Amino acid sequence: MSGFARILRKIAEDRVALIGLVLIVLLVLVALFAPLLATHPEDVWEIHPELRLLPPSAEHLFGTDRMGGDIYSRILFGARLTIVIGVVAVGASLLIGVPIGLLAAFYANWFGDLLMRISDVFLAVPQVILAIAIAQTLGPSLPNVILALSLTYWPWFTRLVYAETKRLQNEVFIEATEALGASPWRLIVLHILPNISSAIIVRISLGMGFTILTAAALGFLGLGAQPPVPEWGRMVAESREFLPMAWWYALAPGLAIFLVVMGFNLLGDGLRDVLDPRLRKSPGRRAAAAVRRGS
Amino acid sequence: MYLLTFIVKRLLWLVPSVFGIIVITFVISHVIPADPVRLAAGDTATPEQVAALREELGFDRPLVVQLWYYVQNLVQGDLGESLFTGRPVVEDLLGRLPATIELTLVAMIFSIVVGIPLGVVSALRRNSLLDHVVRIVTVSGLAIASFWLGIMLQLAFAMHFDWLPLGGRFDGFPPPTVTGFLLIDTLIDGDWEGFGNAFSHLLLPALTLAFPALATIVRFTRAGVLDVIQSPYVLHERAMGFPPSVIVWKYVLRNALVATVTQIGLLFGILLAGAVVIEAVFDWPGLGYYAVNSIVMSDYNAVLGFTVWAGVIYMLVNLAVDVVLVLIDPRRSAA
Amino acid sequence: MPPLLSVAGLRVGFDTDAGRAQVLDGVNLEIGRGEVVGLVGESGCGKTTLARSILGILPRPPAVIESGRIDLDGTDLLTLPARAMNDAIRGRRITYIPQDPLGSLNPVFRVGTQIMELMKWKSPDGKARRGRWPGLFTPYPHKRRRADRARVLEALRAVQIPDPEAALRKYPHQFSGGQRQRLVIAMALLTEPRLIIADEPTTALDVTIQAQILALLRRLVKERGISVLFTTHDLGTAYELCDRIVVMYAGQEVESAPIDRFFAHPAHPYTRRLLESLPRPDGSVREIPGEIPGLVHPPGGCRFHPRCPNAGSECGEHRPPVDMPEAGHALRCYHPDPMEPPR
Repeated sequence: MSGFARILRKIAEDRVALIGLVLIVLLVLVALFAPLLATHPEDVWEIHPELRLLPPSAEHLFGTDRMGGDIYSRILFGARLTIVIGVVAVGASLLIGVPIGLLAAFYANWFGDLLMRISDVFLAVPQVILAIAIAQTLGPSLPNVILALSLTYWPWFTRLVYAETKRLQNEVFIEATEALGASPWRLIVLHILPNISSAIIVRISLGMGFTILTAAALGFLGLGAQPPVPEWGRMVAESREFLPMAWWYALAPGLAIFLVVMGFNLLGDGLRDVLDPRLRKSPGRRAAAAVRRGS
Repeated sequence: MYLLTFIVKRLLWLVPSVFGIIVITFVISHVIPADPVRLAAGDTATPEQVAALREELGFDRPLVVQLWYYVQNLVQGDLGESLFTGRPVVEDLLGRLPATIELTLVAMIFSIVVGIPLGVVSALRRNSLLDHVVRIVTVSGLAIASFWLGIMLQLAFAMHFDWLPLGGRFDGFPPPTVTGFLLIDTLIDGDWEGFGNAFSHLLLPALTLAFPALATIVRFTRAGVLDVIQSPYVLHERAMGFPPSVIVWKYVLRNALVATVTQIGLLFGILLAGAVVIEAVFDWPGLGYYAVNSIVMSDYNAVLGFTVWAGVIYMLVNLAVDVVLVLIDPRRSAA
Repeated sequence: MPPLLSVAGLRVGFDTDAGRAQVLDGVNLEIGRGEVVGLVGESGCGKTTLARSILGILPRPPAVIESGRIDLDGTDLLTLPARAMNDAIRGRRITYIPQDPLGSLNPVFRVGTQIMELMKWKSPDGKARRGRWPGLFTPYPHKRRRADRARVLEALRAVQIPDPEAALRKYPHQFSGGQRQRLVIAMALLTEPRLIIADEPTTALDVTIQAQILALLRRLVKERGISVLFTTHDLGTAYELCDRIVVMYAGQEVESAPIDRFFAHPAHPYTRRLLESLPRPDGSVREIPGEIPGLVHPPGGCRFHPRCPNAGSECGEHRPPVDMPEAGHALRCYHPDPMEPPR
């Protein structure tokens, strides 16, 4: 656990990563306490036609939407959805991608090649497009969006795990363990996984950001959760016909997406600096200043 | 010579990859719960009519057989007919291709031309005010939802200030088609007003599309320059008194670009995907708009055709990127 | 005649998180015309910092030049504007042979491009430019380019690169380490400098190639009357190449003597320990007791005194003045060892 404490301390020292961490902690708190923080929790499903499209006020902090729902409260509940999308989709990609990457690295024959080729093919189709195709053919719903995201994001984990495992396999200590006759499973659990975990953690953080962004795009195209579920991307889509009058309607959910994705990206970058010594910030500053000055 | 063998090898790899894409999309699009034949036949069709259409379209045959026919037709350049426009999918796609290429290319050129110098300068002035601003912009570029950014730009520049059009590609009749790129066709036509018209329509969607690409390019260029600048060869060049600007813009930059160019290949996929959403926001009559509509209509021949195209374009771009990498960094040709 | 290069009282500090490290503590050094001087010391003694100070390529910050002079032919390089230093000194009057021949040529440009770039700016036929900073779009006159190319081919032949024409079209990775070393030596000679600074130029090569290249370098600079400052931690290579050896310890020069006298009559206790630490024929190595001091809070006076068997109380208070036991042999020690050859 001291390792975890050390990582936390290092994140706290890195301003950028700290901002990311704060944003994500806020997201989680908001999601957990949405019913308490929301001023109109019932607006998630109730409609108030007489209150529709009101500008921001003390009563409705971010204004109201086309059904008279309080946008502030709906965004708070939307945070729950966002977390579920991110966690489930990235978790599933992890469960698909990591074993495939390990298998491909350990079977350095046609089988490993085939696995990597398959993941390459998945990467060759732009993810949003594949996700759109999947989400559409399975029918527009939240679980299908999550499934589509999982089916498209896993190759990133596969490639990462494959590359890192190959690198480790070339390193002396793994070779030594192998020579001593350790079984592949023992090797994976005791030597490979602990050594690639930091790279995976970084990828998870970046993946959360990417997945949430893609899910919002799918929601925007009408492929995600159906009304009245307060999905942020869908809220932006709904707002379009009331622009430019109801500007607040588009502003708030878009900002929410931005802050959350930013949080995961910043944390991912910060974790990379903290966890991965090979990618640590380079001391290039001094050399840069010297070249610029011409000395 | 090695470059030629390299290209041929990579082109040969395209074949199994494209086949893979087809299989994936084919399998996915045939597990459809919605019945495309029923949709195509219309609400008033009798069960017999639906069955007849099903047979005509070949939907009654096993999946593998359908796949076989599809691939057979594909080899002859035939992607089948759109169930809704009733025209060959290839024709539909070809008609919309220039609009998407124009948009993506302008966005790409913009992000390269602005992004690379910005990345270099912010690396050289690390931790200056400029560098901090650049970092904020790059971080947000990758966090902002492009559909939202597009809407915000519309809100500001099209609705509030009314400076630029809200959407579409051209007002009135477009110029005679030569290249399909309106920016070029209007110039060929000598129609300066038309050029301004096309440009004003292009501006907002291209900027929206360029933003994440710009962020990525700046980020990788900056990291690349910071990395290269510490190398022994830069020390050698400095010690020998090469002019600083020559060191930076010639000798450092080409090394630093290796990382950036690799990213440009990957970015193209993101741009292509971004185009789908952004074309929907700006009513841009390109491939993405077509794809979204086809998806909504369950027009699976069109969807399949689009996905295959997108995959092939993406792979060709990455092939081009690899060729450029070999040209930039001769050590790669050995590997 | 005054020496070509004279470094006097040079103090250079590096600002670190722990405070300022005094890397050069009042260093003095003279290099005569046509003289090959070996600057010897353990890693971290300030050799490279001294070399880079002379070239004016210290990274500032963190480096700070606190005081001292560096005179080349009567010009104080430390007060010269950056532009003049880059145009008229670096690459023209002083050139550089880098430490790591494998990494010191730009990997993505043809060797010819890089050498011709050097000639474009630094050819003996071209003058230092005035006016705007030179840049990417400064033209390279065709006539001069042709003359320079002939010169380059000749230089490549001089360093024994086979088929120089073809070599110019190749990339650095297509050459062996020794060949790349010959290429950077050719670059250092091409602009007809007065002084070459060679920063441990052969440490990355294996011993036989090292010996060949050192012999070649010595012959070429002697033919042309070029002075060389050669930094190394290896007394053996210094012996093969140099006319005179200067020993540095923790940012101070401690002894300087012509090569024969240096090996026959070393006087400074540190020099003697250094000579004794050379591997013996039986393969054993005698280490110098104690550790190199930290430079943030270095010992006062002679920095070697905490490790010195001869040290007295005055050694920790004042740095010993220069003593000249014989012409050309300078020594900074209160209690030198008897001047007889080491075992």
